[in-house]
Amino acid sequence: MTQKLVVIGAGMASGRALEHILETAPGAFDITLFNGEPRGNYNRLMLSPVLSGEKSYEQIVTHDEAWYQAAGIHTRFGEAVVKIDRNRKVVVSAGGETAYDKLVVATGSAPFIIPVPGHKLPGVITFRDLDDTNAMIAAAGQGGSAVVIGGGLLGLEAAAGLRILGMEVTVIHLMGHLMERQLDPAAGYLLQKDLERRGIKVHCKGATKAILGDVKVEAVLLEDGTTYPADIVVMAVGIRPETRLANDAGLEVNRGLIVDDAMVTSDPDILALGECVEHDGQLFGLVAPLYDQAKVLAQTLIAQEAAFRPVQTATKLKVTGCDLFSAGDFAEKDGREDIVFRDPGRGIYKRLVLEGNRIVGAVMYGDTADGTWFFNQIKDAADISDLRDTLIFGPTAGAGKADPLAAIAAMPDSAEICGCNGVCKGTIVQTIKGGAHSLDAVRGGCKASASCGTCTGLVEQLLALTLGDEFAKPTVQPMCKCCDHTHEDVRRLIKSMALKSIPAVMQELGWKTVGGCHSCRPALNFYLLAEWPLEYSDDRQSRFVNERNHANIQKDGTYSVVPRMWGGVTSASELRAIADAADKYNVPMVKVTGGQRIDLLGVRKEDLPHMWADLNAAGLVSGHAYSKGLRTVKTCVGSEFCRFGTQDSTGLGIRLEKTLWGSWTPHKVKLGVSGCPRNCAEATCKDVGVVCVDSGYQIGVGGAAGMDLKETEPLTTATTEDEAVEITVAFVQLFRENAKYLDRPYKWIAKVGLNWVRERVVDDPDTRRALVERFEISQSVYRKDPWAEHSRVTERAKWAAMADLSRVEAAE
Amino acid sequence: MSRFIDIGALEDIPRQGARVVKTPQGCVAVFRTMEDRVFALTDRCPHKGGPLSEGIVHGDRVTCPLHNWVFDLNTGVAQGADEGAVPVWHVRVEGGRIFLDTACMKSTAWGGR
Repeated sequence: MTQKLVVIGAGMASGRALEHILETAPGAFDITLFNGEPRGNYNRLMLSPVLSGEKSYEQIVTHDEAWYQAAGIHTRFGEAVVKIDRNRKVVVSAGGETAYDKLVVATGSAPFIIPVPGHKLPGVITFRDLDDTNAMIAAAGQGGSAVVIGGGLLGLEAAAGLRILGMEVTVIHLMGHLMERQLDPAAGYLLQKDLERRGIKVHCKGATKAILGDVKVEAVLLEDGTTYPADIVVMAVGIRPETRLANDAGLEVNRGLIVDDAMVTSDPDILALGECVEHDGQLFGLVAPLYDQAKVLAQTLIAQEAAFRPVQTATKLKVTGCDLFSAGDFAEKDGREDIVFRDPGRGIYKRLVLEGNRIVGAVMYGDTADGTWFFNQIKDAADISDLRDTLIFGPTAGAGKADPLAAIAAMPDSAEICGCNGVCKGTIVQTIKGGAHSLDAVRGGCKASASCGTCTGLVEQLLALTLGDEFAKPTVQPMCKCCDHTHEDVRRLIKSMALKSIPAVMQELGWKTVGGCHSCRPALNFYLLAEWPLEYSDDRQSRFVNERNHANIQKDGTYSVVPRMWGGVTSASELRAIADAADKYNVPMVKVTGGQRIDLLGVRKEDLPHMWADLNAAGLVSGHAYSKGLRTVKTCVGSEFCRFGTQDSTGLGIRLEKTLWGSWTPHKVKLGVSGCPRNCAEATCKDVGVVCVDSGYQIGVGGAAGMDLKETEPLTTATTEDEAVEITVAFVQLFRENAKYLDRPYKWIAKVGLNWVRERVVDDPDTRRALVERFEISQSVYRKDPWAEHSRVTERAKWAAMADLSRVEAAE
Repeated sequence: MSRFIDIGALEDIPRQGARVVKTPQGCVAVFRTMEDRVFALTDRCPHKGGPLSEGIVHGDRVTCPLHNWVFDLNTGVAQGADEGAVPVWHVRVEGGRIFLDTACMKSTAWGGR
């Protein structure tokens, strides 16, 4: 006997289910199909090509009018079902009531709209159906700017489409890298680069605060204050199951409409499938599992036993030219290993996640040819132990290996290699081809590497690249086991290749590990913040514990706290505040340091933010006694009190400390200012030491009193205090821009030569002023008290244990 | 028998960082990697007792902040030339919450690889 089957929703899942039903049991059902959209089923995956104009709507229709007619399906398109009456087994729509024996709910999902101010303004659109797509195409016809909120699959496809249509497009993404659910940071970086290359602006870590506009959208405002003009705003932050009908009907609904393995809801006559359902706690957004659901649902309807089991799914982005693939699982489980392959020259990144002898996840960018093969290995849980050595190269392994010269080969000829003499790659290659077959010959021929020498490694790589085996390269010390480049090369490549994030450096320079190591990460973090002070934001997790926690860790895990005393000068009220803090937090030792300030030793980590807040209240800030940065400026009393003093050494010391504090440097920097040649401030064993004389200020650099004992070398004598400050700041900035991480100034000066330094900070006033300007730009970000930031009430809990189970009995 | 206790949200731990949980057997360091995998080790380096929770997390390894011993977060075994191991605690993540097994230490995993 023919049963009455009603289907709500003509999407891809229900379309596939109908095909199965008609194939396996033709004539068994009298089918009525409702759809809120005034059309039948089309391939929603292909909306992106429709948006970009690569396909037309007609080309993506999967079931046209003729198909429905031939199948004998009563179509009720453009007619939304408003109610399900389960007692009387009818659905209600504008056309009245329709009775059913069996009902299929396939209402799909609705886009999630962030409820920020302005989200209802005309011009805010989503990207779910053909009407949305047409609205975008119409808007793009007017030109102007589009902001896409959400850097996931859908958002990026919308962005790429709108860009092809000629709009200025900005993508705002809340997380640190694009498509963070499918990609790791390295692949996310490559994707961002590809998108930026086609003119799409990407703003990660961007939280939308409001959509601005009077009668229609005009701009998008972010929490960090950035504003992007927008003629349209596309919301693509996610979807949620459309369950309103099911809810109203009293069906069991959690996040989605709950179905069992046979795709039956809590009502035995009502089945459901697609993005509206929840199965075993899981929701569905990709098409592959929906097609499996369609098959199971059809079998259930014709009373065949079947059970839905979700399978692994793989993701590909449908943006022409962005070749990415992601499959499987990267999430929290023990005992996993990574195999990583990077080819910076070709922009390729591949990563396999192994668990025992199986591949459980794969991410690929740039070359996804083996994606399907890897995906099959994941699905089949294949044992790959025999293939392991060459696994990353796919089924046809054996070809190619990471080339250490790939990064330099990929650089354009116009990239500057030697900063001192302004020599670019093309010139050096020409010089080599012209007969300069050794480092010295290149130095003589085009001056590259002839001054400070920090680009020597790169010049040698160019020799190797140009001459091949003819060039016997001297061995160089790479930065760490993670890469083949020296510190100096990495610094220079960060600049010349405009690398602005740790994932970018690791990808472009061919890092051999996933996340670097404890040696390279702090160095990269410093190089990036020194080179791009405004664009790069400090990565706290790449810092050594002392700099991360703004205090010095002691052997027992407690910390020492040293407040700043400008130029070593303090007051009774500051001393009182320090004494109060020592009492309040039971500080076991209070000690005077060699840098003219007071150290509170033995402070517990959870007390740090509270102690800092107390010290802040008395006007005390961090002394940075823990940092690779400006530590102290030690002074003597100078002309204000001392009968020998020639200048105001205390005042100059305070002025220098107020200018330099908060800055990060390759290694610690200590200053001293003495008021006369008796040198009570011991200025001549400091990184920068000023000794005041009647005629001015003798500035010496490169002193040390640590593992090595070094006297400063005279740099110059300044005639005014202003000049002394300017030269000191320029010296510190030159050190910041050029030295290897963890070289004190004396080690760096030994490499580049004091004359090279003097030419820049003394002899050439323009270079000096430019150095000071760049220092000030950096200080606009970093001249602030980290203690104040971390002792905010909202931050304090983060310094304590996340849970205290010490009273919970451990189970036997 | 395992006994898992909710110790907080995944978001409470910074990526490539760690937080500490106090237990009767001392502090446990709970790590979160760049890929949101979560591991737990006793927060005490076998070398000189350094707090591993304050180390730099790279891949699925952590470097002790005191003397740069490196440990595999999966097994707790010291890497390279250093010899030793830290007890590994069972931990699991469900619905964005982290659960720590207070019952057993994964002592059998110390053999390493």
